[in-house]
Amino acid sequence: MMIHEFFDRFLTIAFCDAAEPWQLGFQDAATPIMQGIIDLHHDILFFLILILVFVLWMLVRALWHFNENTNPIPQRIVHGTTIEIIWTIFPSIILMFIAIPSFALLYSMDEVVVDPAVTIKAIGHQWYWTYEYSDYNRSDEQSLTFDSYMIPEDDLELGQLRLLEVDNRVVVPAQTHLRMIITSADVLHSWAVPSLGVKCDAVPGRLNQTSILIQREGVYYGQCSEICGTNHAFMPIVVEAVNFKDYGTWVSNQLCQQSN
Amino acid sequence: MAEETVEIKTAPADFRFPSQNQTKHCFTRYFEYHKCLKAKGEISNECEKYAKYYRSLCPLEWIQKWNEQRDQGIFAGPL
Repeated sequence: MMIHEFFDRFLTIAFCDAAEPWQLGFQDAATPIMQGIIDLHHDILFFLILILVFVLWMLVRALWHFNENTNPIPQRIVHGTTIEIIWTIFPSIILMFIAIPSFALLYSMDEVVVDPAVTIKAIGHQWYWTYEYSDYNRSDEQSLTFDSYMIPEDDLELGQLRLLEVDNRVVVPAQTHLRMIITSADVLHSWAVPSLGVKCDAVPGRLNQTSILIQREGVYYGQCSEICGTNHAFMPIVVEAVNFKDYGTWVSNQLCQQSN
Repeated sequence: MAEETVEIKTAPADFRFPSQNQTKHCFTRYFEYHKCLKAKGEISNECEKYAKYYRSLCPLEWIQKWNEQRDQGIFAGPL
């Protein structure tokens, strides 16, 4: 039984696309942006640990040697031009090493996607999201629009995630450039999905655009990330990435249903 | 229930609005459509592409509000 549990815990092949209890690290990346963020994090963490160890060593040794009996005579050095130059130049070099990948990622995140295939509008309400897929409208009347409410704990089925599941998921095609337009109908909200590396504020009266390219099919969970009232913690986001053909089928089915 | 094949296409990026805030983009496409209708007449199909663009970008609520404003003659755009 214990060996079985050991295997379950350490040799799983399922992706982590939702928050896990006691999670320490990032969720698994599903977009190039998120992968870039994780890689940048590794780069910075390397320097961070070097600096942390060095600073901690300095602090601890200062505390250790501050003893009237073992070190009665203190140092009285007040100047040291060489060392002052070194401890100015050296951190600037480290900052440069950090800045290069950081700016590369930042600017690549801002690249304009000239030809997205799909535009989806996510409209924040108190306390649910509305998704509009209006690329297929033939008139100003709504075609593919639906609300996405959290499934309450009492209605969860076995295996579903508490506070994360919704009744209607955002179905999107994988391997396709998506344009998300985020806005709000009342107060500030924020549309965030960690696996996709997306967090975009929903501001009333403003349309915020973010581009996503989901690299693998799967179901990705996120939560509202801007305080918006009493049920701020209970308006999650679930994105379901399917293959292109299935997406077309889903859209057709939804359009048929909504027109009937 | 007939299953029509949908065309997976959307409004392209507009280099007049390169950044994150696309509010003006949606608004511009909306009044470009109506300006085009005024210029070319309601029958022609040339303006349809602007209609597709603003429907993709603008929330339905905004479109409905602007339509009402146009009907009442209080629309703020350069029509």
